[in-house]
Amino acid sequence: MSRYLQIEHVDMVFNTKKGRFVALKNINLSVKHGEFIAIIGHSGCGKSTVLNLVAGLLEPTSGALILAGREISGPGPDRAVVFQNHALLPWLSCFENVYLAVERVFGRTEPRTRLKERTHAALELVGLSHAEHKHPHEISGGMKQRVGIARALAMEPKVLLLDEPFGALDALTRANLQDELMRILQETGSTALMVTHDVDEAVLLADRIVMMTNGPSATVGEILNVDLPRPRDRLKLANDPHYHHLRAELLKFLHERHKRKAA
Amino acid sequence: MNAVTIRKSDKTIPIGSETQKKLGMPVDKGRLGTPISEAAPTPKEPKSTRWKNRLEAFFNWTIPPLLGLGLFILIWSAIAETSQERLPGPMKTWASAMELFSDPFYDNGPNDQGIGWNILRSLERVGIGFGFAAIVGIPVGFMIGRFSFLNRMTAPIIGLLRPVSPLAWLPIGLLVFNAAHPAAIWVIFISSIWPMIINTAVGVSRVPQDYMNVARVLNLSEWKIFSKILFPAVLPYMMTGVRLSIGVAWLVIVAAEMLTGGVGLGFWVWDEWNNLNVEHIIIAIFVVGLVGLLLEQVLLLLAKRFNYE
Repeated sequence: MSRYLQIEHVDMVFNTKKGRFVALKNINLSVKHGEFIAIIGHSGCGKSTVLNLVAGLLEPTSGALILAGREISGPGPDRAVVFQNHALLPWLSCFENVYLAVERVFGRTEPRTRLKERTHAALELVGLSHAEHKHPHEISGGMKQRVGIARALAMEPKVLLLDEPFGALDALTRANLQDELMRILQETGSTALMVTHDVDEAVLLADRIVMMTNGPSATVGEILNVDLPRPRDRLKLANDPHYHHLRAELLKFLHERHKRKAA
Repeated sequence: MNAVTIRKSDKTIPIGSETQKKLGMPVDKGRLGTPISEAAPTPKEPKSTRWKNRLEAFFNWTIPPLLGLGLFILIWSAIAETSQERLPGPMKTWASAMELFSDPFYDNGPNDQGIGWNILRSLERVGIGFGFAAIVGIPVGFMIGRFSFLNRMTAPIIGLLRPVSPLAWLPIGLLVFNAAHPAAIWVIFISSIWPMIINTAVGVSRVPQDYMNVARVLNLSEWKIFSKILFPAVLPYMMTGVRLSIGVAWLVIVAAEMLTGGVGLGFWVWDEWNNLNVEHIIIAIFVVGLVGLLLEQVLLLLAKRFNYE
């Protein structure tokens, strides 16, 4: 399947108090099955809006989004979202947070013991078996985001949507989680769409990087192919000239051609 | 000029040591400017200073309230002294209270019952009135918070009725129920329902959008949204509403009972006024205050239990 997820001629217009605001103009993108796409751009360029459109949390003003041959209308568990600030429910334990999602997706077809197995497995995948019964306020920011990732993966979604998932974390934790995410996606072969403003993160993780122009009327500026072999190792990449070349391309786009006017 | 300028790097600003003293922490002469967390007592300290710190903290917590109460009693005595026996002093009131509480549950007919019965009957009215208010108010609050149309629809009614003095509702109650007892409960109901409606509605409208997005992405059923997300998220706001409501209910009950009669603290106050037994009126004031304080504390504890952050 070469065109698993398609975004076709999508416009997004918000009706604000000050009148119509054209956030996105003619967005086109097709994503292959198992591909990791990073969307990068300056803040306010509407990259999160693209993600929310795929999630179904927003409806496009015109154009269409098609996933696995079906038009997206409204949110659904086949498109799991990892939210920027984890969005765990504070009154549920880590296990219960993941279980809520598992139960929703598989509850009708599978017995409870199997649902519990799935939940345990998802938490094990992110290395949190020991903290299953802790509540979100008892664990660190990085651990919370792991639970968020476990919750999303446990749903076995067609597409994993990540909205600046590591933006609120410190640099070391972020690096750790990026490596974990690479390993997990390698194992599960999931299709993923990630919004980020971190150039290194985009080059490290993505197969292709979608660079967005500044809003209003933001659109896809360029698409960069990241042809670095996998599995990728951040230490080896640090001395890889091709890695630096790709990085430079991204920076050139972001800082020269599409500098923010009032940054 | 130089003498007045405060240099930020100056580590011997006296404020630091003052705060440390106030917080019951050891004042280390050599490190006056160090952050409080570093100056916290550690097991390495000699035992004597630790005990000294504990004692200091204990006195800091007990001395000021006792001093306040002492001052209050002093002023009370002074006023009683100058009122030529019209206002009973603390000693006289205490003696009367001892007598009263030695037999709190006697029953000499409807107009002469022990203080215990009066308290219980007042609590019962508050309980029933408040209970109905909760049964109606909390669901209404949820609906108003969830549907903005309902919110806009009910806003003028709530805005108009909420500031009405509780006792203004009494005639309506007497008219509808034709009896004093349900009329008092009605007054409690109508005056304690507003904080619960408003706080619950505010709570619902403040449920973080992230949580609702989780619900939407998972496509949860309305029941799951309510039980797993809305209800737990609103609970702290709801508890605030409940606390305010109970406070209002307890505030109103004395006034309502004064007008409706029967057995209860309010009626008792009025009865003792007719008997010119001022000691008992003062005792009643303290009892009302103490019961109100207890209710508030119990609900605060409950609210703490339901705070997830």
